[in-house]
Amino acid sequence: MVDTALIDWSRAQFALTACYHWVFVPLTLGLAVIMAVMETIYVVKKDEFWKKAAQFWMKIFGINFAVGIATGLILEFEFGTNWSNYSWFVGDIFGAPLAIEGIFAFFMEATFVAVMFFGWNKVGKKFHLASTWLTGIGATISAFWILVANGWMQHPVGMEFNPDTVRNEMVDFWAVATNPVAVTKFFHSVLSGWMTGAVAVIGISCWYLLRKRETRFALASIRIASAVGITGTLAVMITGDMSGVHVAEYQPMKLAAAEGLMDGGQRAPFSIVPGIEIPGMLSILATHDIDGYVPGINDILDGYTDPDGNEHLSAEAKMYKGNAALKAFKEYRQLKETDNEAAMQARKILEDNMEYFGYGYIRDRNDLVPNVWLVYWPFRIMVGLGSFLLLLMIAVLFFERKGKIAGMKWLQWTALLSIPLVYLAGQAGWVVAEVGRQPWAIQDLLPVNAAVSSLGTGAVKTTFFIFVAVFTLFLAIELNIMFKAIKKGPKVDEEA
Amino acid sequence: MFTYDFLQNYWWFIIALLGGLLVFLLFVQGANAMILLTGADEREKQLMVNSTGRKWEFTFTTLVTFGGAFFASFPLFYSTSFGGAYWVWILILITFVFQAVSYEFQNKTGNMLGKTAFRIFLTVNGFLAPFLIGTAVGTFFSGSDFAVDKSAAGDCLAPVISAWGNGWHGLEALANPFNLSFGLMTTGLAVCLGLLYMINNIDDDNLNRKLRRRLILFAVVFIVFFLNTGIGLLMRSGFAVAEDGTVFLEKYKYLHNFLQMPAVLAVFIAGVALVLWGLAGTLVCGRFRKGIWPAGAGTVLTVMALFMVAGYNGTAYYPSVADLQSSLTIANSCSSEFTLRTMAYVSLVIPLVLAYIIYAWHVMDRKPLTGEELENTEHKY
Repeated sequence: MVDTALIDWSRAQFALTACYHWVFVPLTLGLAVIMAVMETIYVVKKDEFWKKAAQFWMKIFGINFAVGIATGLILEFEFGTNWSNYSWFVGDIFGAPLAIEGIFAFFMEATFVAVMFFGWNKVGKKFHLASTWLTGIGATISAFWILVANGWMQHPVGMEFNPDTVRNEMVDFWAVATNPVAVTKFFHSVLSGWMTGAVAVIGISCWYLLRKRETRFALASIRIASAVGITGTLAVMITGDMSGVHVAEYQPMKLAAAEGLMDGGQRAPFSIVPGIEIPGMLSILATHDIDGYVPGINDILDGYTDPDGNEHLSAEAKMYKGNAALKAFKEYRQLKETDNEAAMQARKILEDNMEYFGYGYIRDRNDLVPNVWLVYWPFRIMVGLGSFLLLLMIAVLFFERKGKIAGMKWLQWTALLSIPLVYLAGQAGWVVAEVGRQPWAIQDLLPVNAAVSSLGTGAVKTTFFIFVAVFTLFLAIELNIMFKAIKKGPKVDEEA
Repeated sequence: MFTYDFLQNYWWFIIALLGGLLVFLLFVQGANAMILLTGADEREKQLMVNSTGRKWEFTFTTLVTFGGAFFASFPLFYSTSFGGAYWVWILILITFVFQAVSYEFQNKTGNMLGKTAFRIFLTVNGFLAPFLIGTAVGTFFSGSDFAVDKSAAGDCLAPVISAWGNGWHGLEALANPFNLSFGLMTTGLAVCLGLLYMINNIDDDNLNRKLRRRLILFAVVFIVFFLNTGIGLLMRSGFAVAEDGTVFLEKYKYLHNFLQMPAVLAVFIAGVALVLWGLAGTLVCGRFRKGIWPAGAGTVLTVMALFMVAGYNGTAYYPSVADLQSSLTIANSCSSEFTLRTMAYVSLVIPLVLAYIIYAWHVMDRKPLTGEELENTEHKY
């Protein structure tokens, strides 16, 4: 039997790598846009100020970029090292976006980031500008393909199970690439990166304002960053709303956990915090209809019939069918060489129960419920901070346009102190998405206990702590270098 | 025309190509291995760091793409080898992780560990990454200790498809002399390529002379281990696949593969000749600076030929010594026909990607790097 400690440590290691990766990536995505806009203004206006401004943010981008690449490398290979069953079971579908990401996106990033950093005196202005944009576009395309892969895990489409090869096989690439969950996730995640970049740039610029230095640079950065950030945040809200509908449809347990909703129904309330609810609001968010039915955790476990008359099986019934599928699968494998007719009968049973295949690996119905606390609170942190940051950026842009921000210390302090908040919001978002789908590595198809590599728990524990030490060291160094670079400043005002 | 069989072979060819490009790009590692051993003063060390500092992302990206392409086209290898030979792959990844940050961090104020620490990281990655990658590729010919049982997926308690046979999880490969020789050969080659690259890319007479002196030593190391590995490969029994898919040991299998696939033999000979030309030309003629190009192209060809010998002509490319029938072949470890076909369309974009890389590389490297350029540039490592 697979050791539960092995599963926990393998999950912890993957979560650790993913969380660290998402510390560095959103800033890359956001800064890429901001510095590219600045360089565009430089090329159009031919004003050296904008070149210096862009170069300063590129310097911050460069310090951050390498650690994002390093953590990303580990993340990619961890699918193989720690989730080897998973890699075979769905590699036929999941490997493709990863390969495409490498071929299309990473080479674009790698090629043009070198031109961006080292090409100022080697290539023409327009080629350089194109390289800066292509660096950001490369990063964004890479995000698309990895989120196609992630979206597929949340809502698997475009494949069929083949009992001869014992894996799911892709039958519709287009369905995988345009999976609505993936597309929404892409915009939601990438644009939250714009938010991160914007809040970081605004916060750092406000620090300059507080110190009364680099004023022209700070105001110009605030102007561009808040425009980018507000655009990003509005889009994050729209895609967040779309995500809610997708989750209600494809991952109802995740939604119920995010709401701490034990017993659902029509006109389900939205919980702001425990004890304070808005009647009917959850139904509106989840189904865009105040009378929409939202099942709670108990409903999903016990089975329910929705208002349209559709029956949803109980956990026990799903586990029963899952077991039947696994049993039929084993029989098919044993019989296919010797008794074709019996093998075909077994295959028919497998196909009839395939929808619940993953439930065959579940031993206890309570394993189907994710940690409610760990989904409920991060969801509130994400939405709460996201809304606050939108208001902040609107205020910052408004007062900058009015020419008043340079004198508003409280707003400058708020913006500066908000930098950690945007990171917290981003991390919280991923916790909701990933903890909320437990125990599934792939929704309804493969739980984590059937996906994990057969390793010693001690080995995974060791690598977990190695990665904790290495990533934390890198983060500390990165922050220290960044603070020193910020302290030194772009020094454009003196030159301008 | 594009049958399943064709697509499987096509994808093995792409893997071979990516493998060849990856080993060529290990010149970055090879050059880094020399930073502390060859650079006499800060100026020289900085020239060396900055020379490969503008190329390291290509090696990194090729490594990631190699992994992704292997995952997409031969997922059973990804699952069996990465999950099984855990420690070898984790060690490789860790050395690369240290490398990734070391360029950017080594010369920055506030880097906490000091310049030398990061250069040590680059040096360690420089020696260790080619060595471990080479050792891991050695197991393509010497075999590994694992068993594959796809039916185990039906076991609801322990659905383990690929299981490693020992607790060393890949480290045992280091105890095999053939694998070690493979690793040392790869390290020697990577350092030679690194030296040839810097000879081409850095315009500094003093440093150039030193790099050429170093090249003598590492060319000898490379050739000694190349001969040892090559002879070992041709003499050893290989893992052959019968028509019905049964795997059996065949004497002189890899020698037979070369003889039965003359085109692959020709690619191999051409590759080796080009590598030797790059090395010998640079060592003999003090003004010859373009050795990296024949040696680089030769490396790509040689590695491709080795991959083809490992996987084509009815050969199991990732053999299991624990259970011969668990050995991975192109046919039993690949993706479905649909996925291979889809990815084959995707692969058509590779020439375009290569074209823009070559163009950007050419534009950036028109003039070799000089100390003056480093002094006047705004962004340097």
